[in-house]
Amino acid sequence: MTDTNDTRSQMPLGLAQRGYTGVIQHLSARDAGSALSDIELESRLIELGFVEGARVEVLHEGLVGRDPIAVRVDNITIAVRRREAMAIIVA
Amino acid sequence: MELPLLHLALVGTPNSGKTSLFNALTGSRQKVANYPGVTVERKEGFFVTPLGRQVSVVDLPGTYSLRGRSPDEEITRDFVLGKASGETVPDLVLCVADSTNLRLTIRLLLELKRTGRPMILVLNMFDIASRRGITVDVERLAKELGVPVVTSIAVRKGGTADLLKLTDEISAKLAAEPQESSWRALTVSELRATQREADRIIADCVSLPSRPDTWTARIDAVVLHPVGGLILLALILFVMFQAVFAWAHPLMELLQSGFDALGELVHATLPDGLLQSFLQNGVISGVGSVIVFLPQIIIIFLFILLLEDFGYMARAAFLMDRIMGGAGLHGRAFIPLLSSFACAIPGIMATRVIDNKRDRLTTILIAPLMTCSARIPVYTLIISAFIPAKEVWGVINLQGLVMFGLYATGIVSALLVSFLIKFFMLRDYAPAPFMLELPDYKMPRLKSIAIGIFTRAKMFLQRAGTTIFSMMVLIWFLASFPQPPAGSTEPAIDFSLAAIIGKAIEPLLAPVGFNWQIAVALIPGMAAREVAVAALGTVYAIEGGKEAAEQIGQVLATKWSLATALSMLAWYIFAPQCASTLAVIRRETGSWTWMAVTFTYMLVLAYAASLLTYNVAVALGAG
Ligand SMILES: Nc1nc2c(ncn2[C@@H]2O[C@H](COP(=O)(O)OP(=O)(O)O)[C@@H](O)[C@H]2O)c(=O)[nH]1
Ligand SMILES: [Mg+2]
Repeated sequence: MTDTNDTRSQMPLGLAQRGYTGVIQHLSARDAGSALSDIELESRLIELGFVEGARVEVLHEGLVGRDPIAVRVDNITIAVRRREAMAIIVA
Repeated sequence: MELPLLHLALVGTPNSGKTSLFNALTGSRQKVANYPGVTVERKEGFFVTPLGRQVSVVDLPGTYSLRGRSPDEEITRDFVLGKASGETVPDLVLCVADSTNLRLTIRLLLELKRTGRPMILVLNMFDIASRRGITVDVERLAKELGVPVVTSIAVRKGGTADLLKLTDEISAKLAAEPQESSWRALTVSELRATQREADRIIADCVSLPSRPDTWTARIDAVVLHPVGGLILLALILFVMFQAVFAWAHPLMELLQSGFDALGELVHATLPDGLLQSFLQNGVISGVGSVIVFLPQIIIIFLFILLLEDFGYMARAAFLMDRIMGGAGLHGRAFIPLLSSFACAIPGIMATRVIDNKRDRLTTILIAPLMTCSARIPVYTLIISAFIPAKEVWGVINLQGLVMFGLYATGIVSALLVSFLIKFFMLRDYAPAPFMLELPDYKMPRLKSIAIGIFTRAKMFLQRAGTTIFSMMVLIWFLASFPQPPAGSTEPAIDFSLAAIIGKAIEPLLAPVGFNWQIAVALIPGMAAREVAVAALGTVYAIEGGKEAAEQIGQVLATKWSLATALSMLAWYIFAPQCASTLAVIRRETGSWTWMAVTFTYMLVLAYAASLLTYNVAVALGAG
């Protein structure tokens, strides 16, 4: 079942390939398995501009395990590890 | 009546240009760094406004919020809230924004407003914003935010004129009694709401022709390429170390012949005796043999400052994150460790950007294993005396290659130590997250690089003039007294205190191939590593007379076996002798224990490495 105004299915940014573009749907720190507490992780992501509605694009990947990733968030570039990016649900 | 000093504080996200603005306002001699958070020292400067008001301004560490999640960000928070001990509450906060990237700063500003401090929003880097076609309705922005707004170009002459004018206007009517602060840490939903509010205001007041910096994109395509990027990083480091050896050489020769000539002059003008020996052997050959290394120190800082200013450092952290993660290090540790190549002291201080305590401690413990510039004199001296200046494979200088090998050994051992720490001491360890803004590339500013290099060169020369000089006087004294009895035939130094001390320690160091002269040199090396070179110079000069004073290198080549020389190189990869580094570790970890741990483990490694090197070399026939 797909949303009418959204033909793509939702997924965590942590699984996105290089070149992926999308829009942030919501944050879900519970699913990330980060060393940070859920509240702390969400706060930090928001502080770096990862809020609902922001456009993201995966620009670069690291060598080992394609990690970390460099993500364009609106008009700045942020490096994050995939583990933390799992908390960012995009579509 | 003279108005009281006006206190300003610069607050903003990393890379918004706070330090550049600080330099532009105060003209102070400071380093401009564009790695998030390098501004770790409290930097205060002074200036006078056009209307004659005396102002003090503090450059605070970059932050995205007032939550204070690292020691660095806590400084900023406490300072703004007036909670920092021994600090005055700022009269006026300058919130510095990168005009090309307003989202995060406007949110920070909305949070800052709750502190009740009077504030100005400084739209810095306005030149870049204009070039990209970004337009800002400054008046409307000021009205919506309820805060005065001014544009600025920190790196251009006169680029802060408007800010100065506004500061005068505002300071004239600052309220006498300060407003109460209603700030408390924002909850997640408040944060989200604040960001929404910021985005709404930006949509109203700023037009963005979504034209990203094409240069940054193009450069990153190469620099952040998973394989190409790492090769480039290795190449940059390799060129850096070749340069330290090859480019600096002619200048060093020049300095050396200058000091030789000076020594000759003293020798020729003064009558033989204690004064002549003191000036020629103690002062000129001692201090001179350290100053000769100034060109190499300038070159290594040139590279580090250029890479920082260009915006490469954050990329290097990105490339190295997982690789360093394998050794139990955080990607953010890369910058402190790279700075440690210049000197472990700024490196250890820069670890404050690491918010996880254990990551930070590990980085501090291994930072002294990075080959600092004070080891360069020791390495250079021994390498040029014992390693032929051959070309290998046509292009690579063998001496440069050995130097590179020494640096590489330092790095590899640092990674190993870090791995062991993680394995044995911090078992239950979950990796702290790596989140870092990659700023747009900026053309390095000649002026800020020049200021940076000048500051370092001055520090080095001051050290040569104070610490090293006093150590040299001590060494000369120990090596000259007591004087030999009249009519003795052995070298004068055999009767000296230095020989007595050196020979007492010698049995401990004999297994690693060190003679008593080296033992003597290692003692003052405790104050500063590079003194060891000068100390050797003095000891051999007093022992061998005039010829020896001229070429320490040649003397060593005749007095030491190759095995001893290699053993000495191995010793200095690990040598814990640097009192100032130990003092900084004590201060930054707040514990004598960690200082003692660092000293002990490095001493053990140094001894073990020398023991191994010496015995292998002797077995191979280099004894
Ligand atoms: N073109 C331009 N570059 C700037 C301006 N202000 C700062 N920079 C550059 O931006 C980079 C980061 O500046 P810096 O002062 O280190 O930022 P900080 O981290 O906030 O202290 C440096 O490379 C500066 O040369 C400006 O107004 N215009
Ligand atoms: Mg700065």
